[in-house]
Amino acid sequence: MTDSGATPRQIYDPVSETPSSYVREAPGIQPPLDFPEYKSTALRHPKQPLIYLPQNITELTGPALGSLAPVGDLDNDLTRQHGGAPIGERTVVFGRVLDTEGKPLRNTMVEIWQANASGRYRHRWDRFPAPLDPNFSGAGRAITDDEGRYRFVTIKPGPYPWGNHYNAWRPAHIHFSLLGRAFTQRLVTQMYFPGDPLFRYDPIFNSIPDAAARKRLVSRFSIQDTEPDWALAYEFDIYLRGPGATPFEEAL
Amino acid sequence: MIFPSTAGQTVGPYFAIGLPWSEGSHAVAPGTAGAITLRGVIYDGAGKPIPDFLLETWQADPAGRFADLHGHGGPSEIVGFRGFARVGHEDGDGSFELLTVKPGPLATASGTIAAPHIDVSLFARGLLHRCVTRFYFADEEAANAVDPVLATVSPERRETLLAKPAEGGYEIDIHLQGPEETVFFAL
Repeated sequence: MTDSGATPRQIYDPVSETPSSYVREAPGIQPPLDFPEYKSTALRHPKQPLIYLPQNITELTGPALGSLAPVGDLDNDLTRQHGGAPIGERTVVFGRVLDTEGKPLRNTMVEIWQANASGRYRHRWDRFPAPLDPNFSGAGRAITDDEGRYRFVTIKPGPYPWGNHYNAWRPAHIHFSLLGRAFTQRLVTQMYFPGDPLFRYDPIFNSIPDAAARKRLVSRFSIQDTEPDWALAYEFDIYLRGPGATPFEEAL
Repeated sequence: MIFPSTAGQTVGPYFAIGLPWSEGSHAVAPGTAGAITLRGVIYDGAGKPIPDFLLETWQADPAGRFADLHGHGGPSEIVGFRGFARVGHEDGDGSFELLTVKPGPLATASGTIAAPHIDVSLFARGLLHRCVTRFYFADEEAANAVDPVLATVSPERRETLLAKPAEGGYEIDIHLQGPEETVFFAL
């Protein structure tokens, strides 16, 4: 536990499909950490400027799935995790996980969690007086296939009120968590549904400066993938940062 | 064609229904030789411990090997080495604790030597996207002195990145704001 004194090993072994750096994101795509309209940011956002971190081996690698949480056969079907069927609009949510060069990320974990059809989370902090559904937990996992595709069957979540401001309601959304292939690609986001009347009032959605970047968090209704006599389908593709040099990388 | 990347959004207050894993805080299997606990408290701008957060860590093993997807330099030879820990609390006392081993030094692309470090992602309600920091080790003075990233941090703030030896391992607190605000990185 004192100075290890170990000699560092040569770590830049040529490994296919591992970029030497990932693109830095353009301004406006990510929400700012300081966003007064979302009140909880007030005491939680760092105030000092972020310090530039060059990407090296720790940032270019990421956890292998095999040693982490196992994914079961029914983990991607949130409507079959209990004895009965949950109440609500049965919904297929599907899409691809890609990098910004359009290359699919295969064998990567997609985790989701959400409120039930009435807008209530199965969580002890959620005091919204809407019914819990004994047949709905609201959490799922999937692993992408060779084309980067994932697919969940779930119930369309309801909108729900929150305490941010007078008459504040979150647009219906599903939380997404992606590990990607590298620490640099890690992403936690939210998927929305098209045409939600609450978009214009929601500071979390509107914290993203770029209008096109906001729009990309809204899923697309797909009649082609809607299953007759069974479930509507919504498509949501996720783009994680892809390979790309940055002009600053050389400096460090 | 280049596509823009997908924007992040806050993890919110209810991630605990989906994200915590059993044994998520174990970056190594219990009983691993040289295992240490890494613990600390996360504080907000009022100096209060924050009750809800998701903390993730990613690191090399003592030989500089990773448990990664790509097999860089060959996988870690430590049985049960994950190199990844996920600690989530929904209404805790602000503290985190994880089980790991101390990582080794690493060569960087520019030929310098990176001091032993652990990459850290922090997610919480009120954080619109991920905050990234690193844990270094206060007792690696020689390695820290030549670390290319620490060199870019002002000496008075460098302290916020150093985990200090404590019983069974190391301790490091995270301050989101305030006079002891932790150094966070743009990745």
